[in-house]
Amino acid sequence: MPSMTRTPKRQVQPQDAPRIPQRGGGKLGYWLYFIPGAILVGVVIFYPIIRNLRLSFFHWRGGRAEEQFAGFENWTALFQDSEYLQSFMNIALVIVAMVIVPTLLGLVVAAALFDVVGRRFGGKLSSFLRATYYLPQILPIAVAGVMFSWILKPNSDGVLNQFLSFLTGDDVAVNWLGGQYSTAIISTMVLMIWIQIGYPVVIFMAALQRVEPELYEASELDGANWFQRFRAITLPMIRPEVFVVGLTTTIAALKVFAPVFILTRGGPSKSTYVPSFYAYQEFISGTDKGYAAAIASSITIVVFIVSVIFIKAQTRAERKDA
Amino acid sequence: MTTAPATLNGQGTKHRPAGTKHKKRGRTTSEWIVLVLMALGALLVVFPMLLLLINAFKSPADYANSNPLELPEALSFDGIQAFWSGHNFPRALWNSVFISGMVAILAVILSVLNSFAIGIGRVKGRTWLILVFLMANLVPQEMLFDPLFKLYDDLGLLSNPWSVIITFTVIQSAFGTYLLSSLLGTFPKEILEAAAVDGASRFRSLRSIIVPILKPTLSVLMVFFFIWTWNEFLLPLAFLNTDDSLTVPLVLEQLNGERQTDTTTLVAGTLISVIPTIIFFLIFQRTLTRGITAGAVK
Repeated sequence: MPSMTRTPKRQVQPQDAPRIPQRGGGKLGYWLYFIPGAILVGVVIFYPIIRNLRLSFFHWRGGRAEEQFAGFENWTALFQDSEYLQSFMNIALVIVAMVIVPTLLGLVVAAALFDVVGRRFGGKLSSFLRATYYLPQILPIAVAGVMFSWILKPNSDGVLNQFLSFLTGDDVAVNWLGGQYSTAIISTMVLMIWIQIGYPVVIFMAALQRVEPELYEASELDGANWFQRFRAITLPMIRPEVFVVGLTTTIAALKVFAPVFILTRGGPSKSTYVPSFYAYQEFISGTDKGYAAAIASSITIVVFIVSVIFIKAQTRAERKDA
Repeated sequence: MTTAPATLNGQGTKHRPAGTKHKKRGRTTSEWIVLVLMALGALLVVFPMLLLLINAFKSPADYANSNPLELPEALSFDGIQAFWSGHNFPRALWNSVFISGMVAILAVILSVLNSFAIGIGRVKGRTWLILVFLMANLVPQEMLFDPLFKLYDDLGLLSNPWSVIITFTVIQSAFGTYLLSSLLGTFPKEILEAAAVDGASRFRSLRSIIVPILKPTLSVLMVFFFIWTWNEFLLPLAFLNTDDSLTVPLVLEQLNGERQTDTTTLVAGTLISVIPTIIFFLIFQRTLTRGITAGAVK
């Protein structure tokens, strides 16, 4: 936010001048255009945020029950709640599945599609493949979840189990989603990777279009191999996009809900809980909505802090480049 | 034109990996290996959908006796019919179309109004204003869930599509406000000055100059808002509680939760639920890629 820094008094700040010449009303008139947006964002976003923050300091059974002031009780309880702590530990795995693996895979796939497939086999083929990788991104997540829960059905009638039985000759009946924590969380992670992979591929490929083809040709003539070109040209060129992908997917990972809801409902025995799902469960069937509000508020705070850190890091990196 | 709108409107034409110019050298073995790997990866990605396609047309008996990888013995439409009529799919389809369509239109209008004041009006504290609107995107939906549930209940809007429309109009317009504000910040001043000299009011400039010029970007946004809303799950699950008000993803999830559902009905239902998205994807494939790009390069 460089424009926020105080500048010595100037008569007209060209940066701040409205882009339409003024005739009366001045800049004040522009605030009129905010009225619908301000009302809606106030009611739909800020009212719930404030209400939940407040509620997190109360015990409340919901409905007509009375709210009882609780101070920090709900907040301190969070740190002794093993389900809550486990749900945040699971977020680390969700970040692996939604941020780290897709970004790394996405880098490789985008570079390969752009650099090799696009240049040697034609742009049509590479955009067709790009579209294929992107397809899961636009599927309703509920549909993807139901699809995977069908494939991962326990007993021998599950698609994956049948397939494994066919390969090994034995009767395989793994309860992928409900059996034990390790297979349940890994299955959920695979679904997340499958959903996410197309997003970095598309963004990185678009970023690569900024690279002058001559740059690659020159380095090729100099005898650089593919990996050297990838490191020296591709990676530095698309660093801003890596930032954007990192930020947006990390936030999505912190808020993740639907894959867990559809695949495992948090099971087996609450072990695949994520904070979002935990908050939802507590709001729906918990006995203390104040506690649910504390969980939801804690996620909001974490998301906010992560966003600020990322944006600061990005501005710093950009300033260094400039 | 300034740089930002150029990347939005005519992206990709300049540096497209030209096939003809670089083909002179023969393709090496390692290049073929890369191609095969990429194609295998793509196949892996669409594999679950191919499985759906194969199994949706099996009769329950056929499904029980065959391997999921085998083609159906005869085409059976039982599953599809059971889902279509038993779960009132046309109703859900209409609900989804109506909700997503309304959100797409309203959220674009709201984004234009907000970003007009920020990008053209250059109001004070605009960086903070963008952050305020972006909060709508950052905040986890469970944070909204309980207070909004109560609010819509009081207003009599529960199980009414407008509860979801209002909510997602605000959430989607956060991204629109962010994107359009930076675009309008570089909007060519000369055009606006010329209009002002001709006596156009602000609103007139917005309606007759800015919106038409932004039209390609606005249509990209509309497609995105439509798809994002179509795919939403948690808040519709909370707000839409009657059978008549369910959207496509909710109907499918309801079917999935029922104990005695035939697997073939479930598979067929999943396939049908995917079809509108796939059609949309095929129509707007280029718009979509352009849109994500626009978002990333701000």
